[in-house]
Amino acid sequence: MSTPTLLLAARRQRRAAAPRTLKAWYQNRALVAGIIIVGALVLVAVLAPVLAPYDPVEQDLLNTLADPSAAHLLGTDKYGRDVLSRLIWGAQVDLRIGFLAVLIPFVIGTVVGAVAGYFGGWFDTILMRIVDVFFAFPFYVMVIVLVFIFGSGEFSIYIAIAAVSWVSYAKIVRGEVLVAKQQDYVVAARLGGLSHGRVLVRHIGPNVLSQAIIYAMSDIVMDIMAIVTLGYLGLGIAPPTAEWGSMINDGQEFITTQWQQATIPGLVVVVASLGLSLLGDGLSDVLNPERRK
Amino acid sequence: MTDMLLEVENLVIGMRRAGRPDAVIVDDVSFSVAAHERFGIVGESGSGKSLTLRAVAGLLPKGVEVLSGRIAYAGKSLTGMPPQERRRLMGPEIAMIFQEPMTALNPVIRVGEQIAEGPRRHLGLSKKAANTVAIEMMARTGIPDPERRARAYPHELSGGLRQRIMIAMAVSCNPRLLLCDEPTTALDVTVQHQVLKVLEGLCADTGTALIFVTHDLAVVNQTCTDMAVMYSGHIVESGTVADVLGDARHPYTQGLLGSAPDFDRPERRLVPIPGFPPSLTSRPAGCPFAPRCALAVDDCSKAMPTTELVAPGHTAACIMTAGVLA
Amino acid sequence: MTGRAQNPPFTGPVLRVADITKRYHLQGPLTAKISRKGEKNNILRALDGVNIELRRGEILALVGESGSGKSTLAKILVGGIPATSGAVHYHGVQMPKRRGREASRRIQMVFQDPYSSLNPRISVGAMLRELLLLHRIVPRGEVRAESIRLLNLVGLEADALDAFPSQFSGGQRQRLAIARALAVRPDILIADEPVSALDVSVQATILDLFARLQLELGLSILFIAHNLAVVQHLSQRVAVMYLGRIVEVADTAELFSNPRHPYTRALIDSIPRMTAGSVNEAFVLEGEPPSPFNIPSGCRFNPRCPFAGDACRIEDPALVVVGSVTGASPHESACLRAADLDELSLARTPNPAVAGTVRSVIK
Repeated sequence: MSTPTLLLAARRQRRAAAPRTLKAWYQNRALVAGIIIVGALVLVAVLAPVLAPYDPVEQDLLNTLADPSAAHLLGTDKYGRDVLSRLIWGAQVDLRIGFLAVLIPFVIGTVVGAVAGYFGGWFDTILMRIVDVFFAFPFYVMVIVLVFIFGSGEFSIYIAIAAVSWVSYAKIVRGEVLVAKQQDYVVAARLGGLSHGRVLVRHIGPNVLSQAIIYAMSDIVMDIMAIVTLGYLGLGIAPPTAEWGSMINDGQEFITTQWQQATIPGLVVVVASLGLSLLGDGLSDVLNPERRK
Repeated sequence: MTDMLLEVENLVIGMRRAGRPDAVIVDDVSFSVAAHERFGIVGESGSGKSLTLRAVAGLLPKGVEVLSGRIAYAGKSLTGMPPQERRRLMGPEIAMIFQEPMTALNPVIRVGEQIAEGPRRHLGLSKKAANTVAIEMMARTGIPDPERRARAYPHELSGGLRQRIMIAMAVSCNPRLLLCDEPTTALDVTVQHQVLKVLEGLCADTGTALIFVTHDLAVVNQTCTDMAVMYSGHIVESGTVADVLGDARHPYTQGLLGSAPDFDRPERRLVPIPGFPPSLTSRPAGCPFAPRCALAVDDCSKAMPTTELVAPGHTAACIMTAGVLA
Repeated sequence: MTGRAQNPPFTGPVLRVADITKRYHLQGPLTAKISRKGEKNNILRALDGVNIELRRGEILALVGESGSGKSTLAKILVGGIPATSGAVHYHGVQMPKRRGREASRRIQMVFQDPYSSLNPRISVGAMLRELLLLHRIVPRGEVRAESIRLLNLVGLEADALDAFPSQFSGGQRQRLAIARALAVRPDILIADEPVSALDVSVQATILDLFARLQLELGLSILFIAHNLAVVQHLSQRVAVMYLGRIVEVADTAELFSNPRHPYTRALIDSIPRMTAGSVNEAFVLEGEPPSPFNIPSGCRFNPRCPFAGDACRIEDPALVVVGSVTGASPHESACLRAADLDELSLARTPNPAVAGTVRSVIK
């Protein structure tokens, strides 16, 4: 007799709850702003061949250091290359390196951290010592040393950043797994006869990945800054490829006469970082069920 | 009714929300506690019992506030009082005991010093005299070897001892009103029994009045003289413990009694209350219990029933029971 | 072990726990954190020789204070952690140290907290489907029908299949957890405080459900609880645990009316009574459970026992049959003075010696 009322109430409650997830996504202002900014940048990068008025590496030595004009909206640099076009093409390079340089350590770190956290034992002990060693060195020092070893260029930037930053993912995921594996639902899954692999991938994985994804967003910012810094130090992408860091570096000698050459790429870096940070913030709100309420 | 130690009148607690109506959590709650009285407030999670207690203590969580109504202590309005003056009452006049002592005790200060702090500040005792009081209080709460325990840190003591430390701390300035928020819920049954006996003994000795918030009817029966039953932010029934538990009039109180296993009547079949309490955002108009109530008629969901006297000193807010009597 | 030869129709317990111990060794800086002052022993004896039988189709309650080892025993029974020594026999056959899929299927568990026991990111349907397919309970085409049957069994409807745990109330979540446990068709359910986290009015519906499952499915249930009123209501037999050992076992009515261990008596006398006018004054147990790092010699209850004699401080009593067999099963107690307890009775009439200590506590 009691059951129908109970069920009715339950169904009513569920109906109300169902659209909440999606609503949480678009009601989150930080997330929406982040998606718009990052989406716009990605769009610009993808459409660079269409959007850019000039070839970013084509030199026009007769028309160097031109002021902004209708032909060159942001002027030209010291080799007469169109600054706007270089900025647009630079988005492609910087965003690609930013995402790829995060993807590799994300995958490595997540797998290593999850396995270490779940199984513990000697593997975990060794991992944590390695992590400690990596954390003892400043990020840039490590990256610069590795880029020196491998030589400058996109590939060695990937290697250097991946080698340094996988430890962060490993540490985050390991911590999350340590917490998650104590949860009763993990114990229940094991009692249900599920293998360790299945428990780890299906039951623990989805619950620990969100922290790593959130970190990845801020890590992309870090990596873009690193590329820009390396570019500024002359260790980044080899010229003449358009890249924001090297643009800032090239433009700074003319800061007093041609301020836009260094300042505009700098502003773009700031906007990109802001967008990614907002995206990370927003994601952390909607991906954490506890924080959603 | 001026001899009442604490009077709560038409208390409404909730959250103010910009552009939308206030979210009301505790609605139109009135009760009074006389000196020497031990008053129990019973309710399930979300009934607003703890918030009511916290409003009396002036310890509402951030964002939650008293929207209207009056709380008066010894004839003085607490709600209109400046915060400093109100804070001065906490300790020597009103003290509070929490469910989880670990969160209420400072982990890096020895428990003896924590107990002595109150008498030093409020009663102006010297450090030495306050320490003597602290050890005396610990002995009174049944802590064995109080001189040695006074030098312990909270984490070095068991849950039962920590709860007694908190009681000792609360009563160290001889308050006239002691507020207890589920003080024994986290304790084992034998330790709960010890702690309840200590509380009861202290109140009997000093004449301290007690407000005891719990979800456990049996604990109220063991500890209190008077009680109120809360459901979804309202007091639905109140009276002496003997009246309310022995002659429950409100269907919710009857439902609670019928669904809780009674150690003295093991053969009795448990009858669950169908459904579950309304959430804060989906409270029905009218009597909040109507959707789960077997006696409900159409009128129940029209307006919140008024609180009616069903017997001398025994009130219930239900049109069905009030109607039966009238 | 002791009661086996006595009942001819007795076909053997579905689960027999033989002398299970569980020790944790703590070393290094951890010791300093966990052990209290003066306790140099760094071995925590969570279980110290537990013997218990779960019979076919019964609800056996396991009661005791926190730290008595109830939950540790539950984890060992379901194979979640290994025992230090001793064995678990299932239908007379010893359970292997590492349980395979089939062995773990037989004994399922319901947890205390229905919030942490359900994976927030897996829908109810997916949760059940996974188990049904893994254990090949039903052919693939019948998984949905079987899932709905399970939900109906625990009092939920088919539309719960697509929902996620966060969309249910505490009581409904506990029903889902029970449905998950039943999905793999176990014979034994270990329920670790399954109603403690629920509101009183919801508690009753879940207790009802356990009683129904016992009747309809013939499940054997080990019901761990600290609320003795709940235990008295639900179970057929009760085992009382104190500091890692079973100190008394008897039929429920027998245990509550005629407790043969002073600790059981203390527990009963501490139960807050709900009926107006019924008071539990008689017997306030002194002190608190000693640390499992430092179990007292002799009877482990002797430092708190008002009846303890010299022998109690020396001899560690075993669980033996006491008194006459009144119910279907023998009444066992691990108390040297079990036979004298009637004469030393405190029940309802305050014993002057103990009442004195009560006064001194309050004064």
